[in-house]
Amino acid sequence: MDPVLIGGVREPDSASLDFYRRRRQGYEAIGTALAQTPDQIVETVKRSGLRGRGGAGFPTGLKWQFVDRKSDKPRYIACNADESEPGTFKDHLLMERNPHLLIEGCLIACHAIGAKVAYIYIRGEFLHVQDVLERAIEEAYAAGYIGRNILGTGFDCDVYVHRGAGAYEAGEETALLESLEGKRAQPRLKPPFPASWGLYGCPTAVNNVETLCNVPLIFLKGVDWYTALGPEKNGGPKLYCVSGHVARPGVYEATMKTTLRELIYDYAGGVPDGRQLKAVIPGGSSVPILLPDQLDVEASFDGISRAGSLLGSAAIIAMDDSTCMVWAALNLLHFYRHESCGKCTPCREGTDWLFKILRKIEQGDGELRDIALLENVAGLITGKTLCAFGDAAATPALTTIKHFRGEFEAHVREGRCPVGAPWRAGTPAVSAH
Amino acid sequence: MTFHPKMDYAAGHHQSQRRQPQDDGMPFAFTGEHRARLEEIAARYPPEHRRSAILPALYLVQRQKGFIPLNAIPHVAEVIGCTAAEVEDVVSFYTMYYTRPMGQYVLQVCRTLPCALRGAERVTAELAGALGVEVGATDASGTFSLLEVECLGACDRAPVVMVNDAWHECLAPEDARALVDRLRADGEAAVSGCHHKVEK
Repeated sequence: MDPVLIGGVREPDSASLDFYRRRRQGYEAIGTALAQTPDQIVETVKRSGLRGRGGAGFPTGLKWQFVDRKSDKPRYIACNADESEPGTFKDHLLMERNPHLLIEGCLIACHAIGAKVAYIYIRGEFLHVQDVLERAIEEAYAAGYIGRNILGTGFDCDVYVHRGAGAYEAGEETALLESLEGKRAQPRLKPPFPASWGLYGCPTAVNNVETLCNVPLIFLKGVDWYTALGPEKNGGPKLYCVSGHVARPGVYEATMKTTLRELIYDYAGGVPDGRQLKAVIPGGSSVPILLPDQLDVEASFDGISRAGSLLGSAAIIAMDDSTCMVWAALNLLHFYRHESCGKCTPCREGTDWLFKILRKIEQGDGELRDIALLENVAGLITGKTLCAFGDAAATPALTTIKHFRGEFEAHVREGRCPVGAPWRAGTPAVSAH
Repeated sequence: MTFHPKMDYAAGHHQSQRRQPQDDGMPFAFTGEHRARLEEIAARYPPEHRRSAILPALYLVQRQKGFIPLNAIPHVAEVIGCTAAEVEDVVSFYTMYYTRPMGQYVLQVCRTLPCALRGAERVTAELAGALGVEVGATDASGTFSLLEVECLGACDRAPVVMVNDAWHECLAPEDARALVDRLRADGEAAVSGCHHKVEK
């Protein structure tokens, strides 16, 4: 298929309004959408089967339908552009190279739920992306696509960018809303869900960047086109972020009929330097590992789920046979320990424990019972926290033990890391990649 | 405090002591320009929810002073119309607010798995060697600070290093020392910048 989300992104003016209108039929979908009632829009998005691209894969139309439209409070769209899941960099590219698509998606979403304001919550480190996005918003205001009486339909809508300040947890939808309210990015107890009690206690829909970027395409090309692209219930174009030990890391647009093996070997060029693939994280650091013999599955929400993992944010991290899996788990637990927001005790303390036990094993000071202790501590986190972070943090420890228990035991037995990756500090060879 | 003989209880969590804003002994007030910019940003939020502008206000403090000094907190609280505790709550949580003075160039190496798989540990080691500082420290002249950060969201351009707000991507370990040399010679102009410039 020709890429529709990231087509033309390598051209120097791809972020401009002129390029968007000329080459991408820009702002044609908003005209179609504004001619429909909010109920019709929600119905169209439901029929398209669009599922949230942020990680959970929840049907977007349903999310919008749940927004309390009987409430007399204002309603809000909060766009989650806090892309922080390790291995994920698709929203980065979309916003940097195709920002008007996101703006158009925000406008249609606002019309669908009756909101007059959309806030795009962007992570603080993306300042160069934010500059592009804010320029695009200015252009759209000047051209009358945002603001008062849009396209003469009487629809008013503002789009603002809100900059975060370095917190992975702000990607959790209720933590994002807290941060948008000027507080610590810590999750709320759910229910109530944002659809009834969101930003400032008002009904709110929180949608990922790529999700909102799919919306204009549904109105531009039609529901039938959209659903036919992928397997049943997994329609539409999908962005895959392939990183780690592959020849051509990057963002690839494909349908969800594509297999993980095709994405790693055909799209990203496979594992370089004559090395062998050892393990793949298919959906960001929070999901279980798949082994090289499990890659012949559709990289769809349901396909990867059947294989025993999750599509998540479609961040495919490939690791070759020079990778120590104890070290990989340790690296990710360093991340989760640092990023735990500290609200729930099992996660705040548990990530610290997991990190320290893994470090002890990785440095060769572990005992066999430490492996059981890791499983025990991980089990004390999962399902016992306000948000999904706790389960996510326990996963790297549990999944590496499940598939590579022998490697953990070898660390204990030999009193050192038996792998010795050439690309790590302190090992003699120079970076292989 | 510890509940287990072998584990420190919450010893590492958010390094709360180190995130306490430092008192530089100077009074703080926004410049006219920054104050006007803050009002522009605050207008994006409903007037009864001015507190939403705390995060942008703190960025303006940091632009003015290079970090968030202790005396800025009551000033931000007054301008926003909230309590100083509410401002400090935010400052101590988010890692992009510096609570102590930093070097002129803050080098932040992404250390998370996709960058680490492509040699980020070596990049950090090379930079530490070239600058003569440990991770987390600033050199004696106050020119360079070296930090490690968690996933920056550009894993296809690994390893990634942020130099202040600019990004330097695809930095091979063997090129890390050259980046420091170029920063010393050319300043900000040495940073390659966004995706466009490194894309083949």
